[in-house]
Amino acid sequence: MLKIENITKTFSPGTANEKRALKGVSLHMKPKDFVTVIGGNGAGKSTLLNAIAGIFSVDSGKIIIDGNDVTKLPEHQRAQYIGRVFQDPRMGTATDMTIEENMSMALRRGKSRTLRKGITKKEKDMFREYLHMLDLGLENRMSAKAGLLSGGQRQALTLLMATMTKPKLLLLDEHTAALDPKTAKKVLELTKKIIEEEQLTALMITHNMKDALKHGNRLMMMHEGNILIDLQEEQKANLQVTDLLKMFEKASGASATNDRMLLV
Amino acid sequence: MNIFTYIMSPSSFFGAISQGLLWSVLAMGVYITYRILDFADLTTEGSFPLGAAVAAKYILSGYNPIAATFIAMGYGLLAGLITGFLNTKLKIPGLLSGILVMTGLYSINLRIMGKANLPLLKQPTVLTFFSDMGMTNTRAAMILGIITAVVVILLLWALFSTELGFAIRATGNNPHMIRALGVNTDFMTMLGLMLSNALISLAGALIAQYNGFADVGMGTGTIVIGLASVIIGEVLFGRTTVVRSLFSVVCGSILYRLIIAAALERRGFQPTDLKLLSSIVLAVCLSLPLVKEKYNRIVNRKNKVKESSQEPSLTKDDTLLKGGNPSC
Repeated sequence: MLKIENITKTFSPGTANEKRALKGVSLHMKPKDFVTVIGGNGAGKSTLLNAIAGIFSVDSGKIIIDGNDVTKLPEHQRAQYIGRVFQDPRMGTATDMTIEENMSMALRRGKSRTLRKGITKKEKDMFREYLHMLDLGLENRMSAKAGLLSGGQRQALTLLMATMTKPKLLLLDEHTAALDPKTAKKVLELTKKIIEEEQLTALMITHNMKDALKHGNRLMMMHEGNILIDLQEEQKANLQVTDLLKMFEKASGASATNDRMLLV
Repeated sequence: MNIFTYIMSPSSFFGAISQGLLWSVLAMGVYITYRILDFADLTTEGSFPLGAAVAAKYILSGYNPIAATFIAMGYGLLAGLITGFLNTKLKIPGLLSGILVMTGLYSINLRIMGKANLPLLKQPTVLTFFSDMGMTNTRAAMILGIITAVVVILLLWALFSTELGFAIRATGNNPHMIRALGVNTDFMTMLGLMLSNALISLAGALIAQYNGFADVGMGTGTIVIGLASVIIGEVLFGRTTVVRSLFSVVCGSILYRLIIAAALERRGFQPTDLKLLSSIVLAVCLSLPLVKEKYNRIVNRKNKVKESSQEPSLTKDDTLLKGGNPSC
């Protein structure tokens, strides 16, 4: 479903601030793969995700989604394949627009915008049903502005919006990091449920090793712009956080305890 | 009526309302960039006289005034397109893009007009259709203003309820989000700027025909007038939905004209003080939220002082006993 071949990205090349964020990353994801990505600050997790989403172009390498080479496509043209949920809850919705307006825009992801009605009666009924499934009571507040929602509600809504029209690839960028532990757990449960029900291919960054071990069928650890560890389902099945840390120390030669990654 | 003796004469009152209605087209244009696109667009100060210049020139060359007015809108559209191009494709900051186009337009407007002032004396204008029916200039302007404002509100309302309209609104509100949903935000920004400046040029064309001349300097201060109308309108009449906001902006534009007219007529200001008044009115409006907050804080403090003065020693002693540093 997703094929990444040897992509590299250097920020501010040739300056004192030069940062080699991705040093030749390759990754193949099969359909229905749910990959969790962990790694310390500056490991390149977000850079990898943003490279796939097309927020910037990579310096070399190829990105292929479902057989389509998207390496040269701008961000908005990749949107037809990709659903995204961001770390900052404010990023995922247009806060001055209503919940239903936000959903109607998500329904048209990847389609060209015309002078047809922005939202129809039929769509509203459909949205009501979707929101009902979230069980947050949002189905009664559909004409409220998205800015009035709490962080958790917004992430749940964004998740719904990202998956409403089935994406080829779902990108989750620490989407529970800004939430309180209880809400984070709920949103994560919801994520898991949607991915399983819709049989999505998903890439999830998390800073929580337990979550990374618990969810998904594959786990990757990034370090200094490379994928350091790549564990398949059977390999990660009985793994504990301490095992993971040992593997990291062995593979990188660095001490995990010094790393900000240790936000277990 | 008493109110007229204290504030202004009936003729200035109705004159202000007519002017407010005509200028509301400019205010709605400014609303599109400032509020919907979140883009402080100074192109306004160039596209407003551009509309005036183009309309005057075409009327003087014998065009039908309605056709001339629409042509003026087309020129405004182009001005917006250039600002949008500078901003989105050449990555020049929005404020600067507007300033560049505004400055360039000054020369272009002079080229179009051939001189600094183009009178429209004895020429047919969009207003003469009404004055031919026996209306005064003020009344004609009021009718024209109402028709234009209603049509513009309805069209914008319709537009901002479409898929495209949603995309433009989201572009101003959260570009990251709407790009992730597959919208080319550069294109939407350009579209919004074109629409806004077409309206602003329309306003320029109408005002030139109302005043009876186009002047190269008539753009100065228009962004302040537009913003003042938007902010007065939204503060007083609300901004929950786009159509509500548009209606508020029109009311704001009328109110702004009334404030200015009252100040000019009864408070000893001269017409040349107009721009200063505009700035002061806008500064006051912009600072209102802060002033309100400060005021509330002072009121709250006073209330607290009152409460504590009623039983002063008790509360103090109480806190001393309960709290404090355990080591002392």
